[in-house]
Amino acid sequence: MVAAIKQPGWIRGALGALLAAAFGVGLVVILRDISGLPIWQTEQTGYPHVVVPLITAPLGFLAGFGCFDYWLRWAAGMPTIPEDHSQHGAKSWKDYFRFNTDHKVIGIQYVVTTFCFFFIGGLMAMMIRAELAQPGAQIVEASTFNGLFSTHAVLMIFVFVIPVFAGLANYVLPLMIGAPDMAFPRLNALSFWMLPLAGLMFIGSFLAPGGAFDAGWTGYAPLSTGAPLGQSFFNLGVQFAGASSIATALNFLVTIITMRAPGMTFWRMPLLVWANLSTSLLVVAATPFIAGAQFMVLFDRVLGTQFFQFAGGGDVISYQHIFWFYSHPAVYIMMLPGFGIISEVISTHARKPIFGYRLMALALIGIVVLSYTVWAHHMFVAGMSSWLRVPMMFTTLLIAVPTGIKIFSWLGTLYFGKIHTYSTAMLFALAFIVTFTIGGISGVMLGMVPIDIHVSDTYFIVAHIHFVLFGGSVFTIFAGVYHWFPKMTGRMYDEKLGRVHFWGTLLGTWGTFIPMHWVGMDGMPRRVSDYAVQFGDWNLLISCFAFILGACQLVFLYNMIVSWRFGPRAGGNPWRANSIEWQVSSPPPIFNFDEIPRVVGGPYEYGVPGAKHAIMSGEGAEVSQPQPTTVGSS
Amino acid sequence: MIGRLPIAKMFAATILLTVVISAVMVPINWDGEQASTAAPKIDTLLDVMIVLSAFVFSLVMVMLFYALWKFKVKPGDETDGEPIHGNTRLEVAWTLIPTVIVLFGAGYSWAVLSDIEKTDENRLTVDVFSQQFAWSFGYPEQGNAWSEGELHVPVDRQVEFKLHAQDVLHSFWVPEWRIKMDNVPGITTTAIVTPDKVGTYQLICTELCGFGHATMRATVVVEPPAEFREWTAAQKLTVPAPLMESIKQDSEVNPIPVGSGGA
Repeated sequence: MVAAIKQPGWIRGALGALLAAAFGVGLVVILRDISGLPIWQTEQTGYPHVVVPLITAPLGFLAGFGCFDYWLRWAAGMPTIPEDHSQHGAKSWKDYFRFNTDHKVIGIQYVVTTFCFFFIGGLMAMMIRAELAQPGAQIVEASTFNGLFSTHAVLMIFVFVIPVFAGLANYVLPLMIGAPDMAFPRLNALSFWMLPLAGLMFIGSFLAPGGAFDAGWTGYAPLSTGAPLGQSFFNLGVQFAGASSIATALNFLVTIITMRAPGMTFWRMPLLVWANLSTSLLVVAATPFIAGAQFMVLFDRVLGTQFFQFAGGGDVISYQHIFWFYSHPAVYIMMLPGFGIISEVISTHARKPIFGYRLMALALIGIVVLSYTVWAHHMFVAGMSSWLRVPMMFTTLLIAVPTGIKIFSWLGTLYFGKIHTYSTAMLFALAFIVTFTIGGISGVMLGMVPIDIHVSDTYFIVAHIHFVLFGGSVFTIFAGVYHWFPKMTGRMYDEKLGRVHFWGTLLGTWGTFIPMHWVGMDGMPRRVSDYAVQFGDWNLLISCFAFILGACQLVFLYNMIVSWRFGPRAGGNPWRANSIEWQVSSPPPIFNFDEIPRVVGGPYEYGVPGAKHAIMSGEGAEVSQPQPTTVGSS
Repeated sequence: MIGRLPIAKMFAATILLTVVISAVMVPINWDGEQASTAAPKIDTLLDVMIVLSAFVFSLVMVMLFYALWKFKVKPGDETDGEPIHGNTRLEVAWTLIPTVIVLFGAGYSWAVLSDIEKTDENRLTVDVFSQQFAWSFGYPEQGNAWSEGELHVPVDRQVEFKLHAQDVLHSFWVPEWRIKMDNVPGITTTAIVTPDKVGTYQLICTELCGFGHATMRATVVVEPPAEFREWTAAQKLTVPAPLMESIKQDSEVNPIPVGSGGA
């Protein structure tokens, strides 16, 4: 027992969480006593006795779990434990449930965890559609409904779409650039373990008195500043998800900039690497803004600051400016990695070099720069200074140009290729082009102020974001998961079930989200549990398609689980792809490469006689010194 | 490379598909009934965008499905495609043409926006008060007459709505007018509407404001000026003092709509 408490792990983690929670409560009690306040809560909002432990307990868990052990020893001047790679790699399923510094293990931890949240969030979507199947109240009351759609959105955005891309890239990106691991493996593990804490906090808000946070995922003040305790769970969950995201982005940036294999120049990087470089640039600069916005709301709630209280000299609209200054770039944080995945999949399965590779990379950078200049298009009817609208409209519409370049270049890649459609990954990639084009078109319409004035905050918005986030991002996630499933698990998935999943998802997506455009333009506002009778039939149809969409995801779940266990063995390179991750075994060896590969050409040289992307070990590569795995370990 | 593709046929197919999609979509009245002078202008903008979007969508579809039909691999073919890395002319074309299209769209939208927000000397001012979860309306030019839950305005006269919120954000939307603006605590926001059709409509709150958000509605009656005068004269209540006080403290953030040349 004593040994178990000394060892980093779940027992010490639970103990750490308990101690830290007790410390948090104690701190509040003592500080209130010193300040002359009653030691227990008497105010209506705030709940410091819950909020403070909610900050300390996760930190206590992380410390107990072993996330800080190495750094703390080093900082305290204690003898550090020499790196014996015992925290590296996974020999059994149990190794996925501990602090692990192997980027491949972390990648799988990320993907599995985020898909768990995807299914929980999806279940909430099913409940939302059951409630909306008919006008009037069906299964839940209005405030529960507000909690459901808020939590659905938050789970999908903060603990599914954003981190699942980080997970996929965690697995394949170091392999793609010929690196033995990420630059900072311990930071990488810490980033992962903050994520389930954030997700649990979001879901746990349902247990709070007053119910889950119900001010929408946007959490606009002053509705959020006056909301019951659940809102604080959102404010704090975002901090953990955000910190995880920022740390991972830093890790990607350093990894991409410093750990590329010899010969891997920037213009030889696969577009997935370019995409994650761009995304990481967005995350490190933009995510602190949402962290700040949520801290300000939390301070308004708990400490009595007046950032967004107009009666106290605060400014209501400034919340929206700060929030969207993050959350518009966040749209691209949720899309650019997907663009990278689509480039890999289409090039591989069309057996063709990417059409206009350099312009594709530059378009990503163009989107990064422009995405910081468009945030106020979410606020055309918010009552902000009216002169801001027209310049933001121009930048918003111009951002369609680099996005269009990407669509046309993928199409150009298909021409004079040999298009294979046997892989479910390729089907999702091709369908993505169609659905994302529609989502892009409705986005351009929303960018036009007069149209936006009418459809803002209606179901048209719901339709648009689901077309770009589900038909866009989630399709690319499915493409990526199917594409790299053989690499990650060493086994093939069932293509027949993959096809069932694909066609069902396509039908479900279109059937659910296309009619939403119509009811929105015709006068149905968003975020309502009840609506005018005239929209009843359309909503019933939408709900039916939504249930089809939900059911098809179970096929995916079954396929993934059964294939991971029983699927036929996949070779190292089942898609005959060129990039480096396919030149090693599936799954790759523990340190990825026996020797660091030497990159001698572009990543997409399909059909070029004698062209090669990288020379692997045993192929006459120079005996270059492998990067030691201790890089960044201090 | 491009010379080997049936460009003329593909272009013809794109145009044909554009015409078909536009012919189906443009006649549909997407936004519902029109009851303000802004509505037909916004709907026309939408129709123009539908045609342009149909063209872009058709182009993508024709390019995609032609490629899938023509370049799908034959069974057993293990070879790679042709090593084509790009085509500068094409890349310049699909950068510049979309730029021109979106700049046109933005310019046109700007013109429409300036047009629908032009203010009229003879406009009527109405105060719109919002709180969880009810609307009320004040008529400063009619002795501060006050109406709860029912908004009356005269037909064919511009109305400047001064929007106020007492607690959290709300949003003022009458779909038939196509005009929406948030009510923001602490500031006065403005919406300009010229109703041009007599009738009864619904005012819908479109900014999430709490558990009663879905049912926060009010009735809107657009009526001939004479009836409007009668109705305001019949209103016995005046705007309560606390509401009057609260709007005096508010600051106006967007009194001058873009392009109106100053109002």
